[in-house]
Formats: sequence, C-alpha cells, structure tokens
Amino acid sequence: MVYALIVLGMLACALLAVHARRLMVSALWLAGASALASLLIYLLGAPEVAVIELSVGAGLVTVLFVFAINIAGEESAAVRPLVHRPLAWGLVALALLLLGWLTWPRVLISPAPQTASFVQTFWRDRFLDVLLQIALIFSGVLGILGLLTDGEHKGAA
Amino acid sequence: MSWNIGVIVLAGILGLLGVGLYGLLVLRNLIKVVIAMQILVKGAILALVAAGAAQDQISLGQSLALTVIVADTIVSVVGLALAVQVRSHCGTLDVRALSRLKK
Repeated sequence: MVYALIVLGMLACALLAVHARRLMVSALWLAGASALASLLIYLLGAPEVAVIELSVGAGLVTVLFVFAINIAGEESAAVRPLVHRPLAWGLVALALLLLGWLTWPRVLISPAPQTASFVQTFWRDRFLDVLLQIALIFSGVLGILGLLTDGEHKGAA
Repeated sequence: MSWNIGVIVLAGILGLLGVGLYGLLVLRNLIKVVIAMQILVKGAILALVAAGAAQDQISLGQSLALTVIVADTIVSVVGLALAVQVRSHCGTLDVRALSRLKK
C-alpha cells in the first residue's frame, strides 16, 4: 500500500509538472516527484543512490531551475503544442505498450541483499564510470559559466 | 517485496517514462522541455535500481543509476544555460524560435 501511494503521488507530481502554466510551479512539482522517487529507491534497497537523488535531483537541480527561471524570466506556455495531443498520446501509449510487453516477465522483485558492497562495485568494477563522471562534472562547470555569463551581460547593459 | 511490489514499481516506471515522453513531444518552452527530460530520466533511474533489485545485483544497479544521475544533472545544466542564451538572443523560450536563427 505504501508503494502504491508513493507511485501515485510521484505520477501526480510529474503530470502537474508538465501541465503547470508557470515555470516556477513546474520546477517545484518536479522537486516533489524527485523526492518521492528517491523514497521509492530507498525502499527498493538502494539507500546511497536515494540520498544522492534526494540531494542532487530534488535539491541542486531545483536550485538551478529557480536560478535559470529568474534569469530567463517567466513566459506563459504556448497554446499550440509541438505535436497534436492525440498523436502524442497515441505515440506514448504505443511506446509504453511495447516497453510493458518487454518488461512484464521480469517484474518479480526479490529482496536485495544488504551485504553487497556498493563501494567495491563503484570504485573497482566501474572505475571507467568514475572517470566519465569527472569529465561530465567539468562540462557542468562550463554550463554554469554559460548561465552566469548572461547575468553579467545584463548587469553591464 | 514480491510480485505485487514489482508490478507497482513497474507501473511507476512506465508512468514516469510516459509523462516525460509526452512532455518532450508536446511542450514548446525550452525550460519545460528540460523538466520533461528530467521526468523521463527519473523513470530510467528507477528502472535501473528496480532491475538491480530484481536480479540481486543492487550494487551494480546503484552504480549505474549514480552515473545516470550525474549525466542527467550535467545535461540539465547545459540545457538551462542554452535556454538562457536563447532567451537573451531571440527574446523567447519557444523551441520554434530556433528555426529563425538566420533572421
């Protein structure tokens, strides 16, 4: 029952994030969806990723969204969607049907062993991922510089 | 932790993926496109952790999910920086404004 409530709340937050008219409200609903997703991840037996998802997904990313919306300014959502809504719903339903058909036989989730060492897997077996993450973090620094550069131009103007 | 929980989590994953895909198809505001992409990636992170739990390899699922979280955050930062720059150059956040770059 707890799982169902969390999933329902998460999906409601995600839908409201997509449908909200104001960007700031949308970013806050996204933070709510992220927090509930991290709770679900914790219940599935992955506390390390849950903590990182909560701090990065619900914290840092929300701060970045608020910062970017403050710089770019609110803009009301366009009336005409990019793709017609019935066509978009049809495509989404088709994709979900295919995905559900592929993943349905594998839904049996057994209790995760708590003795498995995340540290060993992450630092020894997946060391290439660590290097990739370092490179990505440097790209993120460049992205932050891109965000800040605009503020300086505005200040100069 | 049994069949019921697996079905509920799978429904959540498919729901997040569906909402994110729908947002990517429909939305025209650049910042909202980044938000839709975030929702899509949350479904992928949840799927990685659930797959790790299902296969008794939660450490592998966690390390892959961690990589996806870092990559997703960086993509969001770059996307938001792009949106801010597009707003300052074109005066709007509409995706269709990008097709008028030669003006």
